[in-house]
Amino acid sequence: MNEPDLSAEILHSSMFYNPMVEAKNVHFSFGDRVVYNGLNLTIPRGKITVIMGPSGCGKSTFLSLLGGRLQTDSGQLNFDGAAVPRTKSPALFEMRRKMGMLFQNSALLTDLNVFENVAFPFREQTDLPEELIRILVLMKLQMVGLRGARDLLPGELSGGMARRVSLARAIALDPQLVMYDEPFVGLDPISMGVIVQLIRRLNDTMGITSIIVTHDVAEGCSIADYVYLLDNGAVAGHGTAREMMHSDQLGIKQFMNGLPDGPVGYHYPANHYLDDLYSGTR
Amino acid sequence: MNLIASLGQWGMGFVSRSGAAVLFLFAAFRGAFHSLPRGCLIIQQLYAIGVLTMLIILVSGLFVGMVLGLQGYYQLVNFSAESSLGLVVALFLVRELGPVLAALLFAGRAGSALTAEIGLMKATDQLAAMEMMAVDPMIRVIGPRFIAGLIAMPLLAAMLSAVGVLGGYFVGHGQFGVDAGVYWSSMQNGVDLVDDVLNGVIKSMVFGLIVIWVALFEGYSAEPTSEGVSRATTRTVVTSSLAILGGDYVLTALMFGGF
Repeated sequence: MNEPDLSAEILHSSMFYNPMVEAKNVHFSFGDRVVYNGLNLTIPRGKITVIMGPSGCGKSTFLSLLGGRLQTDSGQLNFDGAAVPRTKSPALFEMRRKMGMLFQNSALLTDLNVFENVAFPFREQTDLPEELIRILVLMKLQMVGLRGARDLLPGELSGGMARRVSLARAIALDPQLVMYDEPFVGLDPISMGVIVQLIRRLNDTMGITSIIVTHDVAEGCSIADYVYLLDNGAVAGHGTAREMMHSDQLGIKQFMNGLPDGPVGYHYPANHYLDDLYSGTR
Repeated sequence: MNLIASLGQWGMGFVSRSGAAVLFLFAAFRGAFHSLPRGCLIIQQLYAIGVLTMLIILVSGLFVGMVLGLQGYYQLVNFSAESSLGLVVALFLVRELGPVLAALLFAGRAGSALTAEIGLMKATDQLAAMEMMAVDPMIRVIGPRFIAGLIAMPLLAAMLSAVGVLGGYFVGHGQFGVDAGVYWSSMQNGVDLVDDVLNGVIKSMVFGLIVIWVALFEGYSAEPTSEGVSRATTRTVVTSSLAILGGDYVLTALMFGGF
C-alpha cells in the first residue's frame, strides 16, 4: 500500500489558503448551449494558474464571467473574497480596478499611439501629474522592452509587440490579478518565449496572481504553478503541470499529449454519418 | 402558421430592439452628462463629426441653392415675380431643404463613419478592454460623440442654408440679372425669425438627435463581425434617412399648422 504524498498535500493546502478566485457550482449557458454545468475551481493567490481545454469548452468565458462582462446563471463566483457584482455598479468598476486583462487580439485603442495606450489607465483612473504619468509609462514600457516604440501606432506593431504593449497597459495600475486570454496564439517562437518570460517575471516580481487561458500545452505547462483542464462544462482534471503531464486519466492524457483518440470527441455532435449522407437534405 | 410565427418573431424582435434603443438613448444622455467636463474629447469629436463633414455640406448647399435659383427664376418670371427669387430660395432652404438635406448628408457622412468606428471598436475588443480597465464606454466613447453630434448638426444645417442662399444669388443676379438689392431685401422682408429660422433650427436639432442616436446605437449593438458592422452601417443610413423624412413631415405639420 502506497503512503500518501504528504509534501504534495501540504503544498496544495498552502497554495489554496485564502484564494484569489473561487468558483462554486457555477452554471452558465449561451441560449440553449450549456457552457458550464457545475464548475468548481479555485485560483491560488500569487501563482500562475493555467486553464486549458479544447476549443469551445468555455475557457475565455470564465474570464468574461470573472470580469463581470457576463453573469452566471447560478452558483457562486468570488474574487478576493467578495462575490463578482452582477450589475454595472460602482462595486463592479471598483473590482475591475484590481484586475488587468490581456486580450487575444491585444485590443489596443487604434487612435492612440503606444505611449498613450499605456497612459490611458493613468489618465482615466488617476489624477497624477503629466510628468509622473510620463515616468510611469516609460517604466512600464521598459519592462516589456518597448520604450523605443512609444510613438508607434498600433497598426505599425507586430503581433508580439502589440501583445507586449497590451501587457504593459494591463499592469499599468499594478493590479492584483492579470488575466491572459490566449497570450501565445499567433506568435513566432521568439515572441512567444519573450511573452512567457515576461508573464513569469511580472508574476514573481510584482506578486500578481495570473490566470492564463490557453490550449498551448507546452508553453502553458512551462510557466504554470497550477493547471485546470476544462471539458464538458466542468473541470476534467487539475493539478500541478507535472501531475497533469503524468496523469493516468484518459481525458487528461489525451489532451496533454495531443492524442486524436480518447474521451474528448473530435466531431461536433451530429446525426449518424451514413444517415446524414443519404438523407438528401442539407 | 409559419407566416404567423415569423410575423410574431419579427414583432417581438422589433419591440425588443426599440426598447433597447430607448434604454440606450437614456444611457447616452447620462454618458453625455458625465463627459461634459471632458472638453478635449468633445472638441476632438466636433472636428471628426462636424468639421470633416463641412466640405460636403458646403458644396451640396451651393449647388442646391443654384438649382433653386434656376428653377425659381424660370417659374417666377412667368408671373413677373422674379423679384421674389431671394425670398423663395431662402424659405425653401431655411424651412425645409437646409435641415433635411444637411441631416441626410450628415447621416451618410458622419453617421455611417460613427457606426463603423464603434462597431469596429466592439469587434476588436476595444470597448471590452475599456470596461476591463474600469472605464465606462458610455462616458468615454458614446458621451462625447453624442454631444458633438447635437452641436454639429444645427451648425451644419445653418451653413448649408447660408451657402445655398449665396448659390441662389449667384444664379439669380449673375445669370439672370435679378437686382441684388431686391434679392436680399425680399428675403429680409419675407423671412420671419421665429416662424422660419427658429423652426428650421429646431428641425435640425431634432434631426441631429435622430442621426446621432441611430448611428451610435447601431454601432454599439452591432454584431462584432465584419458582416455585422457592414449591416449596422447600412442600417444607420437607411433608418436615419427614413426617420428624418418622416420626422420632417410631422414637424412641418406641427410647426406650420397641418395638425
